[in-house]
Amino acid sequence: MILRTKGKPINIEGHLVGRVSRDIENLNDQTFLITDNGVKGLPNTKFLGLLTTQQEYELKNGENVVFKIPTLEHLEDGDIVSVGNDGNINTLYRINSNHNTLLATERCNSNCLMCSQPPRDRNDIPILYEIHKQLIPLIPKDCIELGVSGGEPTLMGELFFSLMEQLKVELPNTEIHVLTNGRSFAWNHMAEKLGQINNRRLMLGIPVYSDYYQVHDYIVQAENAFYQTILGLHNLSRYDQRLEVRIVLHKQSIPRITKLARYIYKNLPFVEHVAFMGLEYIGYTPKNIDKLWIDPYDYQEELSEAVEYLASQGMHVSIYNTPLCVLPERVWKYARKSISDWKNEYLPECKNCTKLNDCGGFFTWNLIKHSEYISPFR
Amino acid sequence: MIDAKPERKTRKFKESNYYDLKKDGQYFLLPFRFHRITTEKEIIVNEVGDFLILPTGTYERIVKRQVDKETDSELYGDLIANYFISEEVISPLIDVLATRYRTKKLFLNHFTGLHIFVISLRCEHTCHYCQVSRVTQNRDKYDMSIDYIDKGIEIMFKSPNPHVTMEFQGGEALLAFDNIKYAVEKAERIAKEIGKGLTKVICTNLAIVTEEILEYCKEHEILISTSLDGPKLVHDNNRHKPHASSYELTIRGIELARKILGHDRVSALMTTTKLSLDYPIEIVDEYFNLGFQGIFLRNISPYGFALRTEKSKYDTEKFLTFYKKALDRILEYNFQGYNFTEDLARIFLIKMLSPFNVGFVDLQSPAGLINGVIVFNYDGGVYATDESRMLAEQKDFTFKLGTLNDSYNELFFGKKAQEIAEVWANESLAGCSECAFQQYCGADPVHNHATQGDMYGYRPNSDFCQKNMEIIRYLIELIESDQRVKNIFQGWARTVNH
Repeated sequence: MILRTKGKPINIEGHLVGRVSRDIENLNDQTFLITDNGVKGLPNTKFLGLLTTQQEYELKNGENVVFKIPTLEHLEDGDIVSVGNDGNINTLYRINSNHNTLLATERCNSNCLMCSQPPRDRNDIPILYEIHKQLIPLIPKDCIELGVSGGEPTLMGELFFSLMEQLKVELPNTEIHVLTNGRSFAWNHMAEKLGQINNRRLMLGIPVYSDYYQVHDYIVQAENAFYQTILGLHNLSRYDQRLEVRIVLHKQSIPRITKLARYIYKNLPFVEHVAFMGLEYIGYTPKNIDKLWIDPYDYQEELSEAVEYLASQGMHVSIYNTPLCVLPERVWKYARKSISDWKNEYLPECKNCTKLNDCGGFFTWNLIKHSEYISPFR
Repeated sequence: MIDAKPERKTRKFKESNYYDLKKDGQYFLLPFRFHRITTEKEIIVNEVGDFLILPTGTYERIVKRQVDKETDSELYGDLIANYFISEEVISPLIDVLATRYRTKKLFLNHFTGLHIFVISLRCEHTCHYCQVSRVTQNRDKYDMSIDYIDKGIEIMFKSPNPHVTMEFQGGEALLAFDNIKYAVEKAERIAKEIGKGLTKVICTNLAIVTEEILEYCKEHEILISTSLDGPKLVHDNNRHKPHASSYELTIRGIELARKILGHDRVSALMTTTKLSLDYPIEIVDEYFNLGFQGIFLRNISPYGFALRTEKSKYDTEKFLTFYKKALDRILEYNFQGYNFTEDLARIFLIKMLSPFNVGFVDLQSPAGLINGVIVFNYDGGVYATDESRMLAEQKDFTFKLGTLNDSYNELFFGKKAQEIAEVWANESLAGCSECAFQQYCGADPVHNHATQGDMYGYRPNSDFCQKNMEIIRYLIELIESDQRVKNIFQGWARTVNH
């Protein structure tokens, strides 16, 4: 899946954000015309700019142009892109996907051992905020779900609340799913402020990796993170925010996993969803694989006990990113098929599996590191 | 505003011990209590009812600061994670602990909910463990007057509780059905006017129930609570009705009530008499076969009649043997896949295994009397509990708060209420204050008074204490010995609070 491409820019100032269209009759001042062929004449209507694979381009009327783009095949009419003065064309929103995410920032105050998108220490917040501010009004109002992730989105500070406010106003019918480590909400005023925005379609997904602070802090590589996150969850609950607890399964989190389940029910019974997620072999994970790897086959009992315990207390539980063949059948009903566009890949031996249609399969990057016990059902 | 620095000095990964917040290994104790449950094991329980089962001697090691973070790492983690010890004088999660404590005491939030109206003392049964009721036609003397019904309703709606329950008891409440109708309709009118929730319950032996009565109950959404002591042999012996089988009438009544009101609108309560002690299996089977979701194994109240007649008296020890046999039978049904609960165990298990609680008059602290329940007697007397008015029938008026002619404030906050309030919290009772099971148990000043002669009570030979301690201990033993039981109990502990 291609999400960015680059060409030669002409006349582009700052960042332009707009939908793309191949239909010359269907343009407006928020639309880029994209084409592989030469453009004979410019459209009569006002439009945002022209994106083309043409090797050469002759400016006609001071229009914004990026040419010599290697390919535009990945763009569908209606996709939303940002076009930079450096010629970068980033896909911000894909019209045919249910998994669009706004990257709030690449900064993070944690440094998780298994981070799938390692943070970068540069201040990208103002620029990304400006882009999103332009993007959000363009997103179709019938968008079902929109993610916000990072990095750590709350590092945006005041801008985080502006973003949340804008999402509520512009997309009142869209489920907004924010991935945050929750630490910032240990400050009550942060939680209070989010509560004031009062978006019932907003859900915060917050990781808790252990019931014991030192294990959690080690996993997220941040001192005091556990206490901040737990206080954050409580503060958010005080303001009636919808919450999800996310647990990544690996060698550090597994030993206390059933205790963590009890901890969640006892201390966080207000959370709406508990998600157990298999390890992704990407980002920091390959680098830390010795500290993280445990074959899913070897933790099925602990995982099942944790899942069934929470479910028996009436909590909503899901297992993601774990093939059915390494899960006991009694917990299959909690296994969810997909969480992203990068998922649902299968190994050669999966080809003849009779459960293939029910199985979530693998992230693309997990095809290289997977359980030793993958075996097709016959 | 955001303190977190975007530019970290390094993103190099650090080892686990870097994240140790207390590198000198010292820890502080948070409040918790302990109890030996077997020779090998002891239990520690924190302020919100979370517990750990540990090898004997661990409590001492914890207190003597001998639990080592390195060599006892798992135990150390358990103790930190479950609020037994802290690495700071004040736990970083003290606010979370406070929230959890409030959640456990949530039953106090709304004050009195259950309002019992002893609508008539007349009865057509002559049960040997009951000396309250009278077989008589004298309505004027033994039925609650309209004036007192009016006053009772007025006081009920003064409760700050947004949802009140009006429960009609007897005698046999249905003998005064006309007065019940009057009370129900008046209370419904007022509840609607002032926007309060109202639940209505009739406690009845169902002997004289008719389709007409039940149709009325259906129309007014009245719940039926009946008495069933077990199979015919037990029930008819316990609950004597001249010239008839109480059992046959009760079963007929349950069936009819279920047909008209719906299966789940009818509940039954049993009382364990001396005779019942020989029939634990049969009693459980009776409830199971009748399609009830569970049974509440209640020992006989030591009040008045029962206490003073040798016929009903039995040792707590014998009740416990009975209880365990019956509970084993109930668990067998659960092993077979049926969901069938024992409700006394359920109350304890909610307290032990869930972050929530359940209000139950003598298994909460502060106790449920006045806080949760109040009784309006047929003669206008106002009592702290159902048992209190039974004491009054033997001329013991210790728990009489006043009469329906008194004001709300006089009744609920008067001298008598203050006196009871001194002893209604087990946190402050000798023998309870240091008990590991304090969070699971409660205070029962009425029971103490009835059995030991004073409200404060003396724990070392209290049968209340003996019974609850042993049942809780037994439940823990079961949880520890069998994963299947643990799962079943966890299911029983599931509440609808969230």
